[in-house]
Amino acid sequence: MKTYEEINKKIESGKAVVLTAEEVLDYVNKKGLESAAKEIDVVTTATFGPMCSSGCFINFGHSKPRIRISEAWIEDVPVYAGIAAVDVYLGATQLRYNDPANMEYPGLFKYGGGHVIEDLVGGKSLQLFALSYGTDDYPLKELRTWFTINDLNQAIMVNPRNCYQNYNVAVNASDKRIYTYMGILEPNMGNANYSSAGRLSPLLNDPLYETIGIGTSVWLAGAHGHVYAEGTQHTGDVPRNKLDIPTSGAGTLALTADMKKMNPKFVRGVSLRGYGVSLALGIAIPIPILNPTVLKRTCISDRDILAPVVDYSSDYPNNTGKILAHVTYEELRNGTITIKGKRIPVGSMSSYAMALEAAHLLADEIRRKDFLLSKPIAMLPKSNKLNSLKIKRRT
Amino acid sequence: MNDKVTKKFLFFFPKCECEKPIIYHLVKDYNLIVNVFRAKVTPNEEGYLVLDITGTQEDIDKALEFVRTFKVAISTTTKGLNWNKEKCTHCGACLTQCPTNALRITNPKTREISFDESKCIECLACITACPFGACDSVF
Repeated sequence: MKTYEEINKKIESGKAVVLTAEEVLDYVNKKGLESAAKEIDVVTTATFGPMCSSGCFINFGHSKPRIRISEAWIEDVPVYAGIAAVDVYLGATQLRYNDPANMEYPGLFKYGGGHVIEDLVGGKSLQLFALSYGTDDYPLKELRTWFTINDLNQAIMVNPRNCYQNYNVAVNASDKRIYTYMGILEPNMGNANYSSAGRLSPLLNDPLYETIGIGTSVWLAGAHGHVYAEGTQHTGDVPRNKLDIPTSGAGTLALTADMKKMNPKFVRGVSLRGYGVSLALGIAIPIPILNPTVLKRTCISDRDILAPVVDYSSDYPNNTGKILAHVTYEELRNGTITIKGKRIPVGSMSSYAMALEAAHLLADEIRRKDFLLSKPIAMLPKSNKLNSLKIKRRT
Repeated sequence: MNDKVTKKFLFFFPKCECEKPIIYHLVKDYNLIVNVFRAKVTPNEEGYLVLDITGTQEDIDKALEFVRTFKVAISTTTKGLNWNKEKCTHCGACLTQCPTNALRITNPKTREISFDESKCIECLACITACPFGACDSVF
């Protein structure tokens, strides 16, 4: 019914009709699917939460004399230097050198890779310490200096896995408090934590990956970036409900964007007690309303989305695959779920408020002609299965 | 005039005033009901005390005058627990940890977290739970 080119022309003329995934359902109920599909050009989706598989490539520029960095630390956080001379990769979950981790259980994990990334985007001055073995062409063996993001040639976020399509609800069925990446979980299922923007979440609004693919333009913490690959652990081959919405993890996206253009509000270091550090990101993805089918996919409500409840004291660590129950995001957002007759208070790790803000910011950019859509150059796999790691003898 | 009111205070005791039984006198001499939330003496021998005081306004005023004679700094605005709105991302990791719902979602549509200081009992559970360091204690 509409093409990407036609939608982009409407955006460039300043006449595009853009709604957030929160607003679209009421609009379609009022106007009817067919006529709404003609009117609406773009629906913006978004999410905000910890995304551990995130990080960035940095190029420092060459020093005088030159150094071929073999080991390096930014603010005492180790970075990966097994690439070219002054390129490094800084990962979100990297602990600071000498962090006691869980030796004093539960560890505090006050500062790590995610916080360095937050400080970089925030324009702070950071310390680089680098070592090398020295070569004929790169003689310098040690270097200590301070830099900001403006001093770098490139600071490109390259995240192997963001935007999990759906996610577990974590509970703790044991008799001791546990500390997890899903937050603090009280014994005897004393609380439950979820992590998804629900009806606002990108891949829940495009459950079969019909518009979001490799090459799709995305709003990554305010910078204009792309989906560069399927995310790690992406699988399309999962149980789905009658609206084709997965009832567990499923699809993921690998994203990239220029960190120099990011908004620090949406790039936040995370300290998870007893677990480690990470990075929370705000991401918004536009869905082009190409036809009524695509529009209908975005008309989901929280009661349509089921999340699996998993025991993080035994089934998750032992990878048994057992699911205690499924609950809807409507129940989760109401603040209590009932599992095995027990009423459990609900918290969350993702922020709906920040996701909503990101969805509105992207919608505003599209309305202002500042953000164009791009047609995927390849689609995400729909039928690949996930392997698990077999621990075995050499064969 | 004789209606009883409850007010929350943070007392800061400078080094020299830590060993005096001030709270005893509040109860005994000024007929006040005292509910201590949290108290700490630092290695510098300074003391912090967060408490609710219930009594008539007249008795409370007289008691505070008495407390001030010990060079104790009295604050009604500074609380022992601070919630930093700028650092809060409204994720909700604190919601099930806060026992009094001082941290809660007031508007289910925006799902923003708000902090009601009057409900806070300074258990400090939110400091442990918050991944973004939005909650911290002044002592």
